[in-house]
Amino acid sequence: MALFGKPQYSTVTVKKKDIPKDLWTKCPKTGEIIYNRVLKENLMVVPSSGYHFPLDGRTRIASLVDEGSFEEMDQGVSSLDPLEFNATASYPEKLKANQAKTKETDTVISGMGTMGGLPVSLAVMDFRFMAASLGSAAGEKLTRAIERGLEKKCPVIIVCASGGARMQEGILSLMQMAKTSQALARLSEAGLPYFSILTNPTMAGVMASFASLGDVIIAEPEALIGFAGPRVIKETTQQDLPEGFQTSEFLLDRGLVDMIVPRGEMRDRVINLLKAFCANTAKTA
Amino acid sequence: MEDSIYTLEFEKPLRELVKQLHTLETLSEESNVDVAEEIDAIEAKIERMKADIYSNLTAWQRVQLSRHPKRPYSLDYIERIFTDFEELHGDRRFREDAAIVGGPAFLDGEPVMVIGQQKGRNTRENLKRNFGCPHPEGYRKAMRLMGMAEKFKMPIITLIDTPGAYPGIGAEERHVAEAIAVNIRDMSALKVPIISIVIGEGGSGGALGIAVADEVMILENGYYSVISPEGCAAILWKDRAAAPKAAEALKFSPQHLAKFGVVDAIITEPMGGAHRDYDAAAAALKAAINKSLAKLNKKSVAKLLEDRYQRFRNLGEFAEAG
Repeated sequence: MALFGKPQYSTVTVKKKDIPKDLWTKCPKTGEIIYNRVLKENLMVVPSSGYHFPLDGRTRIASLVDEGSFEEMDQGVSSLDPLEFNATASYPEKLKANQAKTKETDTVISGMGTMGGLPVSLAVMDFRFMAASLGSAAGEKLTRAIERGLEKKCPVIIVCASGGARMQEGILSLMQMAKTSQALARLSEAGLPYFSILTNPTMAGVMASFASLGDVIIAEPEALIGFAGPRVIKETTQQDLPEGFQTSEFLLDRGLVDMIVPRGEMRDRVINLLKAFCANTAKTA
Repeated sequence: MEDSIYTLEFEKPLRELVKQLHTLETLSEESNVDVAEEIDAIEAKIERMKADIYSNLTAWQRVQLSRHPKRPYSLDYIERIFTDFEELHGDRRFREDAAIVGGPAFLDGEPVMVIGQQKGRNTRENLKRNFGCPHPEGYRKAMRLMGMAEKFKMPIITLIDTPGAYPGIGAEERHVAEAIAVNIRDMSALKVPIISIVIGEGGSGGALGIAVADEVMILENGYYSVISPEGCAAILWKDRAAAPKAAEALKFSPQHLAKFGVVDAIITEPMGGAHRDYDAAAAALKAAINKSLAKLNKKSVAKLLEDRYQRFRNLGEFAEAG
C-alpha cells in the first residue's frame, strides 16, 4: 500500500523535472508518475509515452556496444581556464562542481568498442556536464576519436548533445568546430563511415559542425535540434514558431535528418547500418 | 563637419573640444580678435586626446568601432583593393542572399576569388543585406564560389563582417547549421590558398562559416567571438546592459586572439578607426593580403593542406593527466 501512497509526497515534480531523483519521476509529456527503477531499466524512456529523458554517458555507451567491449581512451584530458574567465562564477569552480555532480572530468567520454562484432570509435556527450557545451577538452577528445577511426580504419559514431559553445572558453570553443569538422573531412576522404546520433538537445555550435556532418544522421524522438535557440528566433523575428519547430520530427519532415530511432532500438539499427556501410569498406581495407 | 565624426559615447570629450574650437573660430571671424594661439592649443589638445583615447580602447569600445555605421564594409574594400570584380549570385538551390557577396576579381593582375559578408549603409540597403546576417543560401553560395576557385586554381580571400548567421524560421528549415558545418569541413580540404580577414564583426559560427583559412587576420578594431557580448551578458548576468563586462571577460581583443593562435596577424587601422580613411585602411589590408599570399603561394598543395590542418588542430587549451 505504501507503494501507492508515495507519489503524493514526492518532490521531484517541483523544479528539476528532467533529472529524476528519489524513487519516482513524473513524465513531462503525460504527467504520469513512473517508478525510477522502471525508467532506468528502460534507458530513461517512459514506457507508455515514449518520452526520452537524458541518459548519462556511461549508460549510453553500455546501451550501444557489445557487452564488455568498450575500452575508454583519453580519460586524462580535462579543461583548463585559458581566459581566466570570471563572470558570476569562476570557470574552474563551475568545472569542479560539475565534476563532483557527474563523476566525469568533462562532457565527452570516448574510446574503442565493438557493435555486433564490428569495431567502432565511439564518443558520447553527457548533457549533465555543463549542458555538454563544447570546450577545448571536449573538442580534443572528439577530434582524437575521429582520428582514431582514421588510424584504425573503422567507423566513427558520435552521440551528440549540447547547449552549444562553452562560453567560458570564448573563441577557443568556436575553434573546436573547425578542429572536429576538418578531421571528419579526412575520415570522409578515407571512405570511412561516420554516424551522428542527435539527442535532446543538440544545438548551436555543435549542430553547426560535427553533429550535422554524419553520413547518416539519426535523431532520438522529440529531441530539440537546431542552430539558434527558439527564444532568440522568436525575439528576433517577432513571429510565432510553427508547431513542433526544431524537433526531430520537424527535421525529418524537412529532410534534414535520415531517421528517428527510439533509444531502445538504437543499437540494433546502428549495427544494421554498420553492416551495410562496412561490408565493402572492410574488403578493400 | 568635423564634429559629426565623433559620434560614439567614449568620443564625447573630443566632441566637446571640437565644439570649443568652432566657437573660437566663429568668434575670431566675427570680432576680428586674434585667437590663433588658443586655436593652436585646442588643436594640439585634440591630437593628444585622440592618441590617448584610441591607444587605450577597451574591448567594448572596439566593439562599438567595429559596428560603426560609417565603417568600411566588404564592397568598400573590394572596390579599393581589387580590379574588375564580377559579382556572382545565388546558391543554385533556393535563392540569392545579399548578406554575402562574392566573385572573381584581380589582385594586382592576378585572379582571385573574393567573398565577403556585406552590411547595408541605410535601412533600405539593410533590408536587402539583412544587416550582414546570412541565411543558409549565403553560405552555400560562398561554398559554390570557393569550389570554383579550387577548380580554376584561384586563391580565396574572404572578408568577415557579420553579427552572426540569421536566427530565423526559414534559416532553420533550410538548415543553416548544416550549411555552416559543410563549409567548415570542405574549406579545410580546398587545394588553393585561403586568407580570411575579420574587417568588422566576427560573429561566432556565422563568421567561421567562411573563415577556415591558411591565414586568419583581423583589423585592429575588429572582434571575433564565440558569442556577442550582449548574448553573453544576457546568459551570465541576465542583463544585456552588462555587455561591456562580457566583452572584457570573453578576451576577444586582437591581442588575445593572436596569443591564442586564432589570428596570425593584426592589421593597423587609421587613427580613430578605419572609417576615418577608407583608402588608407584598404591600403593596409591590401598590403597584408599580398604579404600573406606571397608566403602561401610558395607552398605545395600537400604542405598547404597539412599546415592548414595543423593550424586548427592545435587550437584549444586543455590539461592531460598521465
